[in-house]
Amino acid sequence: MMRSLILQTFTRLLVTLMLLFSLFLLWRGHNLPGGGFIGALVASAAFALHAIAFGVASARSILRYDPRTLMAWGMIFAGAAGLFGLAAGKPYMTGLWLEIHIGESLLKLGTPLIFDIGVFLTVIGMVVAVIFSLEEEEF
Amino acid sequence: MTMLLAVLSPFVLAFLAPALNRVLGDLTPWVLASLPALLFVFFAMMIGPIAEGEIMFATVSWVPSLGVDLAFMVDGLSVTFALLILGIGACVVLYAGGYLHGHPAIGRFFLSLLLFMGAMLGVVLADNLITLFIFWELTSFSSFLLIGFNHESQKSRDAAIQALVITGLGGLAMLGGLILMGRATGTWSISEILAAGDILRDHELYLPIFILVLCGAFTKSAQFPFHFWLPGAMQAPTPVSAYLHSATMVKAGVYLLARLNPALGGTDLWMMTLSIFGGITMLVGSIVSLMKTDMKLVLAGSTIMALGALVMLIGIGTDYALIAMGTFLVAHSLYKGALFMVAGSVDHEAGTREVPILGGLRKLMPITFAAAAIACLSMAGLPPFFGFIGKELIYEAVLGAEWLAALLVVLAVASSVMIFAVGGIVAVRPFFGPEHPDTPKHAHEAPLLMLVGPVLLAALSLVFGLLASPDGANLVDIYLLTPLATAIAGQPMETNLHLWHGFNLPLALTGVTIALGVLTYRTWDRTRAFWQALDPFIFAGCQKWFYEKPLAGLFAFADWLFRNIQSGNLRFYFMAIFGATMLGLAATIGVRMTPADFAFDMPDARFYEWMLCILIVVGALGAAQARNHLTAIITLGIMGYSIALLFVAFGAPDLAMTQFLVETLTVILVALVLIHLPQRVFSPRGISRARDLVLSGLFGAMMTLVMLAALRVDQDLFISEYYAANSVPKAYGTNIVNVILVDFRSVDTFGEIIVLAIAGIGVIAMLKYRARRDEDDDGTPAPPPDGEPATPPPDADADPPEGSAAAETTHPEDPRDPATDAARGEEDQADPSDAPTGEGDDATARVADAKGEDAVAESPDEQDEAEDGATAENTDAEMTADAEDPTGGTADNAPQDEPKATAKAEEAPATDDATGEEEKPS
Amino acid sequence: MEPLLAVVAGILFAIAAYLLTRRSIVKMVIGLVVLGNAANLTLFTMGGLTRGASAIIPYPETAPVGDYANPLPQALVLTAIVIGFGMLAFALVLAYRSWQELDTLDPDGMRVAEPIATEEDK
Repeated sequence: MMRSLILQTFTRLLVTLMLLFSLFLLWRGHNLPGGGFIGALVASAAFALHAIAFGVASARSILRYDPRTLMAWGMIFAGAAGLFGLAAGKPYMTGLWLEIHIGESLLKLGTPLIFDIGVFLTVIGMVVAVIFSLEEEEF
Repeated sequence: MTMLLAVLSPFVLAFLAPALNRVLGDLTPWVLASLPALLFVFFAMMIGPIAEGEIMFATVSWVPSLGVDLAFMVDGLSVTFALLILGIGACVVLYAGGYLHGHPAIGRFFLSLLLFMGAMLGVVLADNLITLFIFWELTSFSSFLLIGFNHESQKSRDAAIQALVITGLGGLAMLGGLILMGRATGTWSISEILAAGDILRDHELYLPIFILVLCGAFTKSAQFPFHFWLPGAMQAPTPVSAYLHSATMVKAGVYLLARLNPALGGTDLWMMTLSIFGGITMLVGSIVSLMKTDMKLVLAGSTIMALGALVMLIGIGTDYALIAMGTFLVAHSLYKGALFMVAGSVDHEAGTREVPILGGLRKLMPITFAAAAIACLSMAGLPPFFGFIGKELIYEAVLGAEWLAALLVVLAVASSVMIFAVGGIVAVRPFFGPEHPDTPKHAHEAPLLMLVGPVLLAALSLVFGLLASPDGANLVDIYLLTPLATAIAGQPMETNLHLWHGFNLPLALTGVTIALGVLTYRTWDRTRAFWQALDPFIFAGCQKWFYEKPLAGLFAFADWLFRNIQSGNLRFYFMAIFGATMLGLAATIGVRMTPADFAFDMPDARFYEWMLCILIVVGALGAAQARNHLTAIITLGIMGYSIALLFVAFGAPDLAMTQFLVETLTVILVALVLIHLPQRVFSPRGISRARDLVLSGLFGAMMTLVMLAALRVDQDLFISEYYAANSVPKAYGTNIVNVILVDFRSVDTFGEIIVLAIAGIGVIAMLKYRARRDEDDDGTPAPPPDGEPATPPPDADADPPEGSAAAETTHPEDPRDPATDAARGEEDQADPSDAPTGEGDDATARVADAKGEDAVAESPDEQDEAEDGATAENTDAEMTADAEDPTGGTADNAPQDEPKATAKAEEAPATDDATGEEEKPS
Repeated sequence: MEPLLAVVAGILFAIAAYLLTRRSIVKMVIGLVVLGNAANLTLFTMGGLTRGASAIIPYPETAPVGDYANPLPQALVLTAIVIGFGMLAFALVLAYRSWQELDTLDPDGMRVAEPIATEEDK
């Protein structure tokens, strides 16, 4: 951890922006560059930055959940996304879509989004787990 | 469906057996035997329709795409075998209940026995080649468990392994044969293959099919030269020998040959091979039985003889021979099952099976004796027992053989003579005369459970003989032999057995047999030595050359291979992988390619693309040459970011973003790890470095060539085009890459994130869940090399391998203490090239010493470069170390190789902040 | 352009092979990174290169218009990059832990799992 005022100030701002951006990347990934992997890497970078500026303990507290829990939930999300297809009598992991008309625009929600959220959580969990564990190593 | 349940029920009962045994206690054998008895009745009721020419089928589709069905068929041959398996099975279950009464593992025994029963039933009823094979291997497997039942005995285990290896290898060969057969005929159904006429006989694959199937049948049925495993298998408890090694399992090979006779039989090759090997086996088996003195081994020898006779009869293949085979099959199973049980009873009651020290049991075990006597008379081939008819038919069959009749007659008579003597050895010697003084126990009549089987089977030998007596079509003909012979021959057969043929050549041969048989028996005690002298040729020799030597050779080869390939040297493995890949590719390219096959076009690259490529190469080269971690991190970053830019240039924004982010995280990760690691590393010089350079250069060139060749091939983009065309209509996404990841190929992605999670868990496990070093580390991990001159410092032993310096600082236990850190850093870097005084960390010092020449020889030229960049830090580090080491631990009393130590003491620029902190206390 | 990248990837393969045969776990890990990049580059190049055009369908079309980059190798490489990172993390921590436990970074000195071979081979 580096006790640098400049770094800490910028980090506060940057981490928030990066986390928001990562959610944005996750959401738009189906249509434009982005997606679960990329979003997760951005978010992981944000947490890594926070850990460098404020220490791992602080980073763990803003993450709120243990990275291992995130990994587990990620895999559960991704695996469960495939069950919808199964329930509909199609092969496992077949994508199903729900079309919601809100006025003029059309909102499309599908099981691939759930799957991508699963990817997102797993990758965050993995990267953050590795980086936090290493930063906690004794010097 | 009923039939399917019938076939599978023994398996269900098998796994219930141990539990049932616990609940039912002494009643268990009766309850368990009721299943085979019930199934016996079930299959017996099929005899009527079968006698009228019907064949029953039952099929459940299993792997339809491969044509593998759980298919069963009941015809004359199957039903005969099924009845033998179930009838004798019921007797054996009861007998085992008595024989192993009170044995702690009797539940496990019943489990294996019933498992075997189900497997054997499956073999003889199977109507699908693959089903047949599976049940066939199940019999090998369950017999392995049964032979090795007394698993605490080395002999038992050896015998079990021997039987498994021989029959298992034979089974694999047979699988090959069965598959070829399926390919040749286009069907896996046995009944269809049998109905297919001459297809197999005329097929070009006939010879391989024949040889492979024969391997399976001969190993299973203990034909010469594989007969040696059968006497070995007598290590099994006697009920097992009675069941598997006389009446059922060893007959599976005979069954297979009989079953396939209509499809494969009738050729000259078939007739010659089977009758010659069968004849030899017959003779060898009877000699083996005469040279043994253990009742079970004597009987095992006579079983080999019987198996040989059966194979020979199938080989001869005339109508007479096939009828003789059917008759002898049933007769042998009845008397041999009974005799094995008698041998077990004698062992159980008298405490030994050694014939020379037994005698006078007739009065003590009258019922057992009666069963033994009847069974033996049947075996010896005397009227009016069923065995007599069997033997007469064999004589008639060999007299009528189309090939080698004279030889086969001699073999048959000689074997019958010896088997006659065997009858005397097992049924007369132990029971007549005075009680032998050396008999370990004073015998009593066997318990009821052990009497049912032998008495029933012996009685049947008599009943069948009497039933077959009347002239004209009798019950045995109609219900047993006609359907059996019809199934073996593959065409309708009429049989007409009688006890009395009138005076003819076979009867005369019987007379000769009896006379010589009596002689052989009377002189057995004197001639035994002669028979035993043949052991090296016909028994031990076969075992040595067909089992022990090949197995020893295999082990020696495996040992040699392992020693040479699994050297335990990681770098050697890498070189082997790269080298082998390269050679394989070079061979392919050399043989099949011309220069025109490679895309040696001048690249149409733009300026910035050239620059990116150069940056990538420069980055990678820099990482390879890096002398310290910071350089490595920076150069790797150059390579990675350049590749990311390349992705941008070629329309892969997702890849570019991923690569940028991963590169950034990689820098963090690498930095976090490498600050803990020393800067200096070994590198072999001279020949090995040059060799590695050449090898890796060639490897890279080869990869380039492969890629250039691949570029010449027209790509079929139909998969990509499918994804592009369906991305929006089917998956509602316009980013095709992401759609592939989360929709089209989402199961792959799912697997990939699981891999990631496993890597993450692995990292957490390595870092967070470990034994504390100072608790578990009292020894040094690296074994000292031979002839190590250095002696470890006296204090090093007690210290954790962090080193003595660390231990001597003021706060050795505080891990965050910069002082500890500084000392450790200092020492880490001093280790590798330290002189063999062994000061500091002894383990590392020794390793360093072991590699001493390389490291020392290399240091001077590397040290210059190292010093250039690191002089400033050096001073700091040294000062720190001195200040923190007032006791003069490491740096002071070490007779240091000055320039070298300085070189090592270079501080990693990556540890700047650590160094900074260290300075404060100093 | 593809032949040029084939040469670049070949050089990376050569460097990776050289690094993987060094007597230092750190160098081996660096070799692993280079090897991963070489493999990714190979996959990407072999799928065919398209300048500028990405594999994204412009709104409101339902299929790509004109040239588009081959999306399949991109999908393969994308996961490969992330998995490569996972593997790198694992390898690095393994190197770090073996340094802690075995006090050496020389793979030839790590004979805990196969100590007998050491005695007999030498």
